[in-house]
Amino acid sequence: MTNKTVIKQNKSAGANLLENGLNWVDERFPLTSNIKAHLTEYYTPKNFNFWYYFGSLSLLVLVLQILTGIFLTMHYKPDAELAFGSVEYIMRDVPWGWLIRYMHSTGASMFFIVVYMHMFRGIIYGSYRTPRELIWLFGVGIFLCLMGEAFFGYLLPWGQMSYWGAQVIVNLFSAIPFIGPDVSEWLRGDYLVSDATLNRFFAFHVIALPFVLVGLVAAHIIALHEVGSNNPDGIEIKKLKDKETGIPLDGIPFHPYYTVKDIVGVVVFLMVFSTVIFFAPEMGGYFLEANNFVPANPLVTPAHIAPVWYFTPYYSILRAVPPFPGVGFLGIPPSLFPGVAAMGLSVMVFALLPWLDKSPVKSIRYLVGGVDYLYLQ
Amino acid sequence: MAENRSDKHQDGSHANSESNPNVDLDKRNFLIASSVVGAIGCAAVAVPFVKSMTPSERAKAAGAPVEVDISKIAPGTMMTVEWRGKPVWIINRTAEMTAELGKHDAQLTDPSCEVTSQQPSYCKNADRSIKPDLAVIVGICTHLGCSPSAKLQPKGDMGDTWSGGFFCPCHGSKFDLAGRVFKGSPAPINLVVPPHKYLTDNTLLIGVDTEEKA
Repeated sequence: MTNKTVIKQNKSAGANLLENGLNWVDERFPLTSNIKAHLTEYYTPKNFNFWYYFGSLSLLVLVLQILTGIFLTMHYKPDAELAFGSVEYIMRDVPWGWLIRYMHSTGASMFFIVVYMHMFRGIIYGSYRTPRELIWLFGVGIFLCLMGEAFFGYLLPWGQMSYWGAQVIVNLFSAIPFIGPDVSEWLRGDYLVSDATLNRFFAFHVIALPFVLVGLVAAHIIALHEVGSNNPDGIEIKKLKDKETGIPLDGIPFHPYYTVKDIVGVVVFLMVFSTVIFFAPEMGGYFLEANNFVPANPLVTPAHIAPVWYFTPYYSILRAVPPFPGVGFLGIPPSLFPGVAAMGLSVMVFALLPWLDKSPVKSIRYLVGGVDYLYLQ
Repeated sequence: MAENRSDKHQDGSHANSESNPNVDLDKRNFLIASSVVGAIGCAAVAVPFVKSMTPSERAKAAGAPVEVDISKIAPGTMMTVEWRGKPVWIINRTAEMTAELGKHDAQLTDPSCEVTSQQPSYCKNADRSIKPDLAVIVGICTHLGCSPSAKLQPKGDMGDTWSGGFFCPCHGSKFDLAGRVFKGSPAPINLVVPPHKYLTDNTLLIGVDTEEKA
């Protein structure tokens, strides 16, 4: 009896202390109210399916990239003379350096896989439509940032593919009429891709873009939590609320329901991720290209050159669109601007999606023929 | 001022400041003027940051002409030298190779080198060179700046109609042995012929123009 009372008293004293502490914080910072608003009392549709894993997985990969990136910068040297060697030093001499580097390089490809799946989900279920246009636009911004991160990061190992990839993409800007050549020279900081270019790409990759990226991700999530999630049926759960509590009848709190579900997704994802890291970090040349194990040589372009897999569609558009032949008697020189413009527009067209889609239904489930086109939904 | 603000809200429109005795016009003009000056100041501060990204004095200085001994290039082969960080090809063309140059004009985008930015005036001729057997070309594709691969010999892996030239591995542009681009390539214009002059029969100086005879 006495023992029990003591335990009870201790427990309540501990609980009291916790409660007092929490109160002390809540009076100075909206901790409890934020946990409620974004987790325990954030109501989400109960019919999320497989496709809804990829939002939280994107966040996981972002955290992994930032963490592994911090540790890589402790050993990497952004100098044209030293960069290639410092990456090999990380791979061979830094304890566990190979693991951190492979996590970062595989993470880049995984980032695009989960983000492409996440975008696809948004497209098939009409998640970009009213009232979620801003969520979608922030998402387009995140996608552009991600492409920038991938591009700037790819130059850092200073291998042959790094060098010639950067050469091509910086030259894309020189196709802009009139100001183009000056813009690409300004971006390179030199007349060719050089140490100056490497040094500034490092700054963009590790400081400038991550800041923008994190800010956009925050805006993306804040906007989402303002309007609530879409779902595979495309119905708005906020339209039908419990009259007394005001809780959506078809909603369940994000925590614990979807935190637990997402953990399942995280476990499966980490299994796939680890398998690639430990057994196929180069993924047959798709994640890390063979030519990038050769130091950059400004005089020789490798015979077989292709961008990393996630840029393949843009590369094909660039290759397929013929140049503008020029108008000799008007003094307008030939230009490769059409191909570059087509490539740029193919990325930007995503931003117009909310205003291009005029269908009366949101989800592909209710589009005529939708199910036939897409078995997986 | 507080009174004035509530007035604006009540009639739902901005009160005309000139007719409103409560507005201190001097103070308002001062605020507008100082905001404009502040904005100009902020824009001016951006200039050094933007300028800091342009090529440095060191980068500008690294552009000296290059002297090359060309006596060792066997006929039908080429050598590559570095000039301003770019590859420059010197191709020793055989008689068959130069003869081939005139035969495919119809397939070229600019067979007679009308785009003057791509070669010095002393190379605006049938073989784009000072000496017909020696071609001097900057080995940077006019598409997006890769360095094309040499496919000097006819046919081979380039197909039966290939008469010798260069193939860009990045986006598939094709050039002939004078660096002229074939139609259907993503590259819009011919490769650049750099300024160059012969100091002696076997010494080439890249980066300095040949003086033209008046």
